[in-house]
Amino acid sequence: MPIVKILSEFFGNEQARDLQWRLKHGGYEAARKAFREMQPDEVTQEVIKANLRGLGGAGFPTGRKWTFVPKDSDKPTYLAVNCDEAEPGTFKDRYIVEWDPHRLIEGIIICSYAVAIHTAYVYIRGEYVRPYERLQKAIDEAYEAGILGKNVLGNNFQLDVFTHRGAGAYICGEETGLLESLEGKKGWPRLKPPFPALVGAFGCPTVINNVETLSHLPKIIEKGGQWFADLGVERSGGTRLFALSGCVNKPGVYELPAGTPFRELIYEHGGGILDGKELKAIIPGGTSAAVLSADQVDLPMDFDTLAKVKSMAGSGAVIIMDEDVCMVKALHNIQNFFAHESCGQCTPCREGTSWVYRILSRIVEGKGSPSDVETLRGLNQNMSGTSICALCEGASMALGSFLEKFGDEFDYYAKYGRSYVEDARKGAVAV
Amino acid sequence: MSSSFEFTSENQKKFQEILKRYPTKRAAMLPAMHMAQAQHGFIPPEAEEYIAGLLDVPIIDVREVLSFYSLFLQEAKGKHHIKVCGSLSCWLRGSGEIREYLLEKLGVDEGELTEDGKFSWETVPDCLGACELAPMLQVDGYFEGCLTREKIDEIVKERT
Repeated sequence: MPIVKILSEFFGNEQARDLQWRLKHGGYEAARKAFREMQPDEVTQEVIKANLRGLGGAGFPTGRKWTFVPKDSDKPTYLAVNCDEAEPGTFKDRYIVEWDPHRLIEGIIICSYAVAIHTAYVYIRGEYVRPYERLQKAIDEAYEAGILGKNVLGNNFQLDVFTHRGAGAYICGEETGLLESLEGKKGWPRLKPPFPALVGAFGCPTVINNVETLSHLPKIIEKGGQWFADLGVERSGGTRLFALSGCVNKPGVYELPAGTPFRELIYEHGGGILDGKELKAIIPGGTSAAVLSADQVDLPMDFDTLAKVKSMAGSGAVIIMDEDVCMVKALHNIQNFFAHESCGQCTPCREGTSWVYRILSRIVEGKGSPSDVETLRGLNQNMSGTSICALCEGASMALGSFLEKFGDEFDYYAKYGRSYVEDARKGAVAV
Repeated sequence: MSSSFEFTSENQKKFQEILKRYPTKRAAMLPAMHMAQAQHGFIPPEAEEYIAGLLDVPIIDVREVLSFYSLFLQEAKGKHHIKVCGSLSCWLRGSGEIREYLLEKLGVDEGELTEDGKFSWETVPDCLGACELAPMLQVDGYFEGCLTREKIDEIVKERT
């Protein structure tokens, strides 16, 4: 099958973020088509047909999510665009916003038309300074050109799009944490139900979609839902952006059909493992996803397959580790992140993530004991399924999978106070 | 707290525009804090009080937000604050060596100011979102990646 580039068509093209250039290259044609030829419900039906899944990480069917918004509400409906991408290893939304911001704005218009939304907030992480500047410039240009504002593209439809900058909290990428932050509070996730489709931002119905998800909408409207669905696998349509990083020769963002095997991403597109080393492990969807071992390299990268092997496709962030990586130190790094980013609301997460990090710190400093590894295993059971949001679940998934797949390395480090991998490289493994 | 804080007249105008974006005043909290920090370099207690007044909320609500978000600063950093990404992808590509070199180059520990007040640095455990450039850092808001000793020399030289 020829490689189809939907989202990455203009990546690397300096002209593409300019509105006038973009208008000459298909920009806003799909939104015009939606207004001209389709009823709002027909837009939603096309997105359902496309099998578009939420590409922020959860993989929820996008069109279905929109149908949960009540049609008879007397309150306004809001769109919250999630551009808080902070899952370690993830940088694909940044590419869209930096290279092709008008594609995102067009997606926002199409979604807003389908769900009768008149105000959209783009929640963009505070660290993304240049992406924010580029997106804001594109929004300003769109207002000036009458693409946003009172009469979107000359139609009797009002839409305002505002950027809202975050301030360095990973938890605000969780959809209800995002809403709290949007409302001017600390980003503590909310209990669900009620779901945001009913009670979201400012107590009103709210659609929350990721940047990449929304950016797919123009092509789905242009070419049809069926065309998009056919590009992917059975229950996951289209392409997605895989952010490849770690021990590979060509890290970067690659757009591939959902369901492409890891092997193709790593060896054909990513140029293989750095310095010709052997592959040891793959983190398939950001550090919240369970680690995979090298023998799973032929698995297809789609939501359902990876869920079956108790991992997840998550945000599409693929992190590669080679034979020389010490898995104890790698997990220590990962758990430092979770301990730092736990918002502190739920006890199992607040206490669990920092406890795990303290134990791992002890082990990598050579001061661990074999019982530490047992404590980690027990802790993991108490962290899974015991908190409001998925942060603790992610920390637990990472912890459990490292212990399950690379448990020997943990036992060795805790017992001898040294890294097994480093000892093996020196030919000095304790027996 | 004898000194007082207020937005410049330009920022006051900007703030009035920002208020119109949201159905509640409180939603302007993060934008107001970003503006205060851009104006002052960090958010002093006087600014907390000022923002609380603008938003009609108790000062403790501002304090709660200020202390929750890592990008909001309660004290001044160096004129050029360097954040080394300490997350997994950068670690796999040698962020440890970058940290060692920065320590040697700037001659101050993480969190401390250089003598001339120009630089400070820290390693952040959160991923900065540019793993294709690993190892990378953020300085003056912008990303610098594929770091080497030479590249760090340049980054520091340009700002000295």
